Amino acid sequence: MGIEVVVEGLTKSFGKQNIWQDVSLTLPAGEVSVMLGPSGTGKTVFLKSIIGLLKPEQGRVLINGVDMVNSPERDIMETRKLFGLMFQDGALFGSMSLFDNIAFPLREHTRKKESEIRRIVMERIDIVGLLGAEGKLPGEISGGMRKRAGLARALVLDPQIILCDEPDSGLDPVRTAYLSQLLIDLNAQIDATMLIVTHNLDIAATVPDNMGMLFCRNLVTFGPREVLLTSDTPVVSQFLAGRREGPIGMSEEKDAATLAAEQQADTAPLPTGPRTVVPQLEPSPGMPVRQGALRRRERVMSMLGQLPEAARTAILDSYAPAAGGARA
Amino acid sequence: MTAPMPVRPPEPPEKPPPATSGKAPGRAPAQRRPTRLLAPLRETGKLFALAVAVARAIFRRPFQVREFIEQFWFVASVTILPAALVSIPFGAVIALQVGSLTQQLGAQSFTGGASVLAVIQQASPLIVALLISGAAGSAICADLGSRKIREELDAMEVMGVSPIQRLVVPRVLATMLVAVLLNGLISVVGTLGGYFFNVIMQDGTPGAYLASFSALAQLPDLYISEFKALIFGFIAGIVAAYRGLNPRGGPKGVGDAVNQSVVITFMLLFFVNMVLTAIYLQIVPAKGS
Repeated sequence: MGIEVVVEGLTKSFGKQNIWQDVSLTLPAGEVSVMLGPSGTGKTVFLKSIIGLLKPEQGRVLINGVDMVNSPERDIMETRKLFGLMFQDGALFGSMSLFDNIAFPLREHTRKKESEIRRIVMERIDIVGLLGAEGKLPGEISGGMRKRAGLARALVLDPQIILCDEPDSGLDPVRTAYLSQLLIDLNAQIDATMLIVTHNLDIAATVPDNMGMLFCRNLVTFGPREVLLTSDTPVVSQFLAGRREGPIGMSEEKDAATLAAEQQADTAPLPTGPRTVVPQLEPSPGMPVRQGALRRRERVMSMLGQLPEAARTAILDSYAPAAGGARA
Repeated sequence: MTAPMPVRPPEPPEKPPPATSGKAPGRAPAQRRPTRLLAPLRETGKLFALAVAVARAIFRRPFQVREFIEQFWFVASVTILPAALVSIPFGAVIALQVGSLTQQLGAQSFTGGASVLAVIQQASPLIVALLISGAAGSAICADLGSRKIREELDAMEVMGVSPIQRLVVPRVLATMLVAVLLNGLISVVGTLGGYFFNVIMQDGTPGAYLASFSALAQLPDLYISEFKALIFGFIAGIVAAYRGLNPRGGPKGVGDAVNQSVVITFMLLFFVNMVLTAIYLQIVPAKGS
């Protein structure tokens, strides 16, 4: 079972520029969460802060009792072995073949025999569909393949927490769909806590159990996917619809004047009303039941009273048919 | 879970909210105003911190034998030939210069001792310094720098592998060992070159050359020479690693880092050489005095 990640009051600045402040959320154990946000809102910085690569000025990130911000470096290094991080462009070692890249964590951290390593690595290479390319150097393959190789490397130590930085960037829609399914299947198989940072709406709508959104130096919201998907907060609905009208501008946020002018000119009313919530992806046939989804169902049902009306209906709808939702 | 959702959140408050971790309540770097004047000090401090971190990581298991051998071989292969080729003319010019000087003074019989001492104590460690920082240090700095900007080092750290232990320690040890061995090579080749030029070109007598050599030179001269080379190798490795681990922005930054690493190493090594020489001359009495 995955590990819960608790983020409390995290604040990060680069020099005078504040990236985000007072971000608090809990990634429930074994569930899939997505962090949305327009480009440049510090999503990647957030990921790197969780894993302790960047040190926020305030707040803490608790994993198994280890604070990834302030704990001694030794503890942080130890805790990082629980993580698998998929970098935006793979971050493969340019001088090693794909096989050696993917075998790297095994060779560094385990005393497995070379035959054993070969078996595990080839299995992972098969999962991400790179069989036959294992001898190539990272410079000789396409960006999408590098990304998938990065994912295979992140998976090789059977991590408890998987972080994906924009798994979709540089992939075509079909591959993105495959990748979404792959992530769900993985979650069903190893029951790891997953956090995906993206601005891809398809992934956001179909993959996660929980969703959050960063905008304008703040965590706008974080909660069950239905909350965000049905939210009528202007930022969220603008982002999910991919419209120009709304608080998000070309450079982070619009100024008040533009916003007011926009509202004046806003003759055609925007399509309002509850957006339909697309059903979540299910693990492929033959995969085990997602334990995270079962736990989530209990958790969400118990907090149903505190959720907004629209989200409540959407949740009840998704759990209504016996086979729907979590397929309990 | 569903806190009020601010559409347009207010500007960050003047006072940062109290830190949630009770451990370090006073950590608010936003208030610290770093002055430009102190910037060089900060860099120096970080350099020393890296040196200490590397020195400690040397003794931590597991030792990266394979990486060490690879780096050792690489550093040796890029420095041996240039070192040998540079040391022959270097030994020659010293021999010629000292030879003509001693001729004017009428102390021709001491040519051998003087030129050999100059080669072993000064020329040889300095040639090592130039080659180790220019050939090996620049390559190490460029290698680490490009790994850094391609996020490879981050990836390594995320996988719980310390880049310092995995990459920097083998490189620093390799430069140190190569520097010591290279110093021996340059001493021998330089001395032979000096001998050849003195005896053949200046009609010196081989017997006087060797006799004055053993009259003036002593074993501690060789020790200090090797010690210098060891220190130079360490400094060159550390500076190259430091600049490589902290490039500023993109491929251009890596180029600048390599440039700076070579320049900084040169300056540091010549300065350290002066200090070591001064100390040595103070504490070790010259032979025969």
